[in-house]
Parts: sequence; C-alpha cells; structure tokens
Amino acid sequence: MSDKKRTIIPIGPYHPLQEEAEFFKLYVEGEKVVDMDIELGYNHRGIEKLSESLHWDQSTFLVERICGICSTSHPFAYVNAVEDLAGIEIPIRAKYIRSIIGELERIQSHMLWLGLAGHFLGYNTVWMWSWKYRELVNDMFEFITGNRMHYAMMKIGGVRRDIEKKDIPQVEKMCNDLIPALDLFKGAVMDDPVIHARTKGVGILPREVAVDYCVVGPTARASGVDIDVRRDDPQNSAYSLVDWKVIVTQNGDVFDKAVVRILEMYESIKIIRGCLSGLKKEPEGIFDLNVKEIPSGEGIGHYEAPRGEVYHYVRSDGTNRPVRHKVRAPSYVNVPSNQYAVKGETISDAAIILAAVDPCYCCTERVAVIDKEKNKKLMNGFDLIKLCQKKTELLRKMSF
Amino acid sequence: MNENTINLIKEKLGSKIKKFVEYNPKRFYIDILPSDVVSAAKILFVELQLRFIIATGIDRPDGLEILYHFSDDKSGSVISVRVLIADKEKPEIETISKIVKGAEWIEREMWELLGINFRGHPNLKHLLLRDDWPEKNYPLRQGQGEGRKNV
Repeated sequence: MSDKKRTIIPIGPYHPLQEEAEFFKLYVEGEKVVDMDIELGYNHRGIEKLSESLHWDQSTFLVERICGICSTSHPFAYVNAVEDLAGIEIPIRAKYIRSIIGELERIQSHMLWLGLAGHFLGYNTVWMWSWKYRELVNDMFEFITGNRMHYAMMKIGGVRRDIEKKDIPQVEKMCNDLIPALDLFKGAVMDDPVIHARTKGVGILPREVAVDYCVVGPTARASGVDIDVRRDDPQNSAYSLVDWKVIVTQNGDVFDKAVVRILEMYESIKIIRGCLSGLKKEPEGIFDLNVKEIPSGEGIGHYEAPRGEVYHYVRSDGTNRPVRHKVRAPSYVNVPSNQYAVKGETISDAAIILAAVDPCYCCTERVAVIDKEKNKKLMNGFDLIKLCQKKTELLRKMSF
Repeated sequence: MNENTINLIKEKLGSKIKKFVEYNPKRFYIDILPSDVVSAAKILFVELQLRFIIATGIDRPDGLEILYHFSDDKSGSVISVRVLIADKEKPEIETISKIVKGAEWIEREMWELLGINFRGHPNLKHLLLRDDWPEKNYPLRQGQGEGRKNV
C-alpha cells in the first residue's frame, strides 16, 4: 500500500447553504477510496448551553432553528421531553395536528433529498420535478401555519394553531395532487435500469455494521434494522391512532435508501389522511393545555425526523429554565457510518454514497481534489458531480 | 414485553444496580458505579441488544454525571444508566467505544466540553472545538459564560 500514491480529497467544510457543516477527508488510491476522516465543529453554535439560559417556552423556538429542513422535528422531540418530565398528556386534537405537521415535513424533506440525489446521478429532470412538487407541500405549510419554513407549531402542552374544519378540504386536495407525483418518482427510480446500475450494490451498510454504529432512520431501515420511533414510542402524537406501516428493506445500498424514502412518502400521505379524518370528529378549539409551571425532574423525548431519531433530554430543578438540555440529531450517528460505506468504492460513487445518508448535500459541492505532493488543485466539487453524472451517461449509452 | 426486558436488565445487572427509578412506564433510570460502566454496556448492548442512543454529560456541584441512554426499540422504553464521577479535578472513566462503536463521537465531545478523560479511547481528539482550544477550558462546565452558576 505504501508504494501506491495516496491522494486526499477534502469535501467541505463550509457552504452558506448547508444546514450542517462537515468536512470529509477522503483518502484515495487511484479511483478507489481507501479511508475517510470526518471533521465537525465548523458550525457549532452551543445550542445546549444557550438553552440553559432560556425560558422553557423560548427553547422551543431555539431548537426549531437547529435544522432548517427538519425544523419541526427538534421542537417535537423537545416538547415531548418536557411533557415526559411533567407527565402531561396533550389533547387529542393537538396530537393529530402534531402528526400532520410532522408528516408534511417528512414529505418535503424526502423530496428535497430525492431531487438532489437525482441531480448527483445526472437526472436533472428528477431534480426539477421533485422540487416542483415540493412546492405543493411548502404552500400547504404556508396555508396551515403561515410559514413555509420554521412553522412554530409545537408548544409545551399542545400546538399553537388549530387546523379548522373549513381548511381540511384544501389539505386533502394537496394529498390527492401529490399521489400522481409520487407514482412518477417511484417509476423513475424503481424501473430505470441505469439508476439500478448506479445505485444497486453501491455503498452497502450491512445490518451488523448499522447496529454497531447505532444508526437511525432510513439509513437503518434500509439495512434491515426495524426501528421507527413513531411506532415504537409514539409519545404525545397520533401515530398509534392511525393505520400505517414501517418500511424496511434489507440490502443497505443507495438504492434501498432511496426506495425506503419514496415508500415512506406514501405512508406519510396515509397518516395525514388518517389524522384529517380524526380531526373532523374532534371538537374544534381544544388544542392547548396552557402549561405554566414545569416541576423538577428529568424527561426524555424523541421523535422520528425525516433523517432518523431526534433525541432530547431535559433536566429541571423547578425553576423556569432547564438545568441541562441535551440534543442529539440523527446525523450525529448516521454520518460516522459513511466511514464504512464509502470504503472500497470509487470516487465517482462517493458523492452519492455520502448523500445517501441525507446529511447535507451542499458540502459535496465544495469538493477539491488536491495532489498531495504538488499541492495542486485537480478537481473541485462541480467536477466531482460531473464525474458522477458522466458515469450515468455512459451507462445509459451502453444500455440502449 | 416491556416487563420482561426490565426484569432481565435487573437480573443481569444484579448487584451493580445502586438505585433503580421507574420515572414512568417507559422511562427507567439506573444508578451504577463508574467502575461498572464497561460491563454494564456489554450486558445492555451486546447481550440484550439494546440500541445506544447517546450519552449526556452533566456538571453537578458534587461531581460530573454521565447518563448513558439505551433504547429498547421493541417496547419503546428508554433505559438511562447513570454514573457519577466525584473527582472534578481529574475526572476519568473507562471508554465504552470499544463495545459500542457509535459512542466514539459523544465520548470525544464530553472529553472536550466537560473535561472527562475516557481511558482507552482510540481517537481522543477535538470534535466540535478547534484544535488549538485552550487547555483546562471546558465550555459545558458550570460558570462558563451565560447560564446558571450553580445547579
């Protein structure tokens, strides 16, 4: 190994668009990735420490800003944690509304991922179409909550706004409009031989390794680990009241991760429809308990974000601020698993493997291939994506 | 299902349990000694196949506390194992990352933010803070910057 020339490919670390800054250092020999280093901390904001100085209610808004794409998952887990601490059971109407918001968010997040995965593979049509249909969901958010991002719906003891009876047909219509789009994507991914060739057997994360790295969410479910917080521990939410199922596949490659996400969107629509029919039966107006005092104690809340389990731990001493607030985002455990998945693969596949975990795509746009000895720039992020796209193009020509 | 797992945990951990709290039917807190942490992790993660979620480090007036959170996904309950390191000057504990690969990052984080030394950790270097962060400066200890001064 020592006589071969090793090149380091740095991916990252910083891009104004990405939600979390990471720095991947790929060690390559020729075309093959032999090792990888991950560095964090470029965007450490000290949220946990900051939360210790905020009122219980203010922290809901603070944790909402941890992530832009899954901005309701963190407050969802946080209010669950505080309610677990205080032993609060929220009104059933609030449970339905929480689940609807959570699932809408899952759809828009998965669509975003699907579009970028398509772009990396050279399928720019998939990218444009999926972002086009994502607009439907964002418009729905604006209609329900007043915001396209950062919906601010979660509140300790309930939700902040009601979904009124007169608004329900609009949401139902959006669900109906989305189904044909999902069918389209399902066909585009499942039936396309070139996508099969590009993603099947690529970046495999076997089940034992997935368990060892403690990965969560679609990354775990694609490797055959049957976990989903929504089913396993539906704290103050309506997931136990409606009919849906957890999608699990066995192969652990990029293809399976895409399939899990696409099929999950169908389940999300199913959950939203179930919650809407549940909402119709409940009396309007009762959606908040108006919690004022938080007793001393400790509480744990978790929620299945689009990327996996979000985990919050809070401790209270009876005052109006938490003593300790621990946050764990899903990427914290999912990203290290890249270290295994990317080993032995070629550079042209690296972009899609790193993206398959759904960490932050924009960092892959900041790639630079540097010759270690001459310290000369050979490639940048666009070249790497182009390389990835070129491979698909080649395969496409071969198959026709 | 839930009852069984909890009974199994009680039986396997045996005399290691110093205090057992059932906060509610899905949340359990178990106090153990710092010296038992590796064997407890082995029992929970390897034998009982619980999923390791994360660990929480907390600075208390009487020492540094670590909570190892394990999830039993079949029943949806969370079992938190609590250890208290009384020595605040030179806090040390055995690493569990040799058993649980997923604990590597959080131990690095607790090492830099709280100053707990994890004996036998394969790669104890800065994760979130920059490499030239001043020594003996632990941001998550009480009395640093904003936040309350005592618990």
